[in-house]
Amino acid sequence: MALDVEKEIAGLKAQAEARPGAKRKLSMVVFSGDLDKHIASMIIATGAAAMGMEVVVFYTFWGTAALRDPSKRVGGKNLVEKMFGMMLPRGRDMTKLSKMNMAGAGTAMIKAVMKKKNVASLGEMFDLAGQLGVKIIICEMSMDLMGFKFEEMIDYPGLSIGGVATFLADAGESAVQLFI
Amino acid sequence: MPDYKIAKTLDYKGLKCPMPIVKISQEMPKLSLGDVVEVQTTDPGSLSDFPAWAKTTGQQVLETKQEPGLITIYVKKTK
Repeated sequence: MALDVEKEIAGLKAQAEARPGAKRKLSMVVFSGDLDKHIASMIIATGAAAMGMEVVVFYTFWGTAALRDPSKRVGGKNLVEKMFGMMLPRGRDMTKLSKMNMAGAGTAMIKAVMKKKNVASLGEMFDLAGQLGVKIIICEMSMDLMGFKFEEMIDYPGLSIGGVATFLADAGESAVQLFI
Repeated sequence: MPDYKIAKTLDYKGLKCPMPIVKISQEMPKLSLGDVVEVQTTDPGSLSDFPAWAKTTGQQVLETKQEPGLITIYVKKTK
């Protein structure tokens, strides 16, 4: 009899764990390419990791440009891809504010204020995210559209490429999902 | 003075969101079960962030003290 109860409990436990959205996990889409939105997404990602959550950040569309490494150059691009490469920010430090950019003056000002007030820079937050085990996935199709190659992306622990199914599989089991 | 023994004092003064909770979460594995740490912070967000972090991660905030320009939070490792 006692054995049956234990079995029952184990069965219920397994069911509860398999329930969609039951995992203490954050799945986030970073679609935007603005500096302010990148800062917000990184604060949430590192904060969630500190709360003991598993964190996956999926970079798509304008968001992917922030993952470019300005020191890496790759060849083999056609004219359109080269144009995209030139017009989009070459890495997170080249992203701009979504408002009050004022030809770069606003962006420079917010960076100076952040430094003065001891708010971690975007670069520092990426380093921290890597240490905390935040997983970063780059959308394959966005990279293809904009002509970005995986070889020109930042060195980040476990950086990988994925598609919509990858994100949905992660999102489905996550208690928190965000689109930024 | 609080009547519990403080294992360690952590100076998080000047740090901004999300650094105080990132730092305390990185500190936890270095402590023993039952240890109480004294966290000094200047970030007003910590007043609500530490209890939220503790509730989510299974730790305990014993006491929060607010003085002009300094917040002291006592955290007990319960997990």
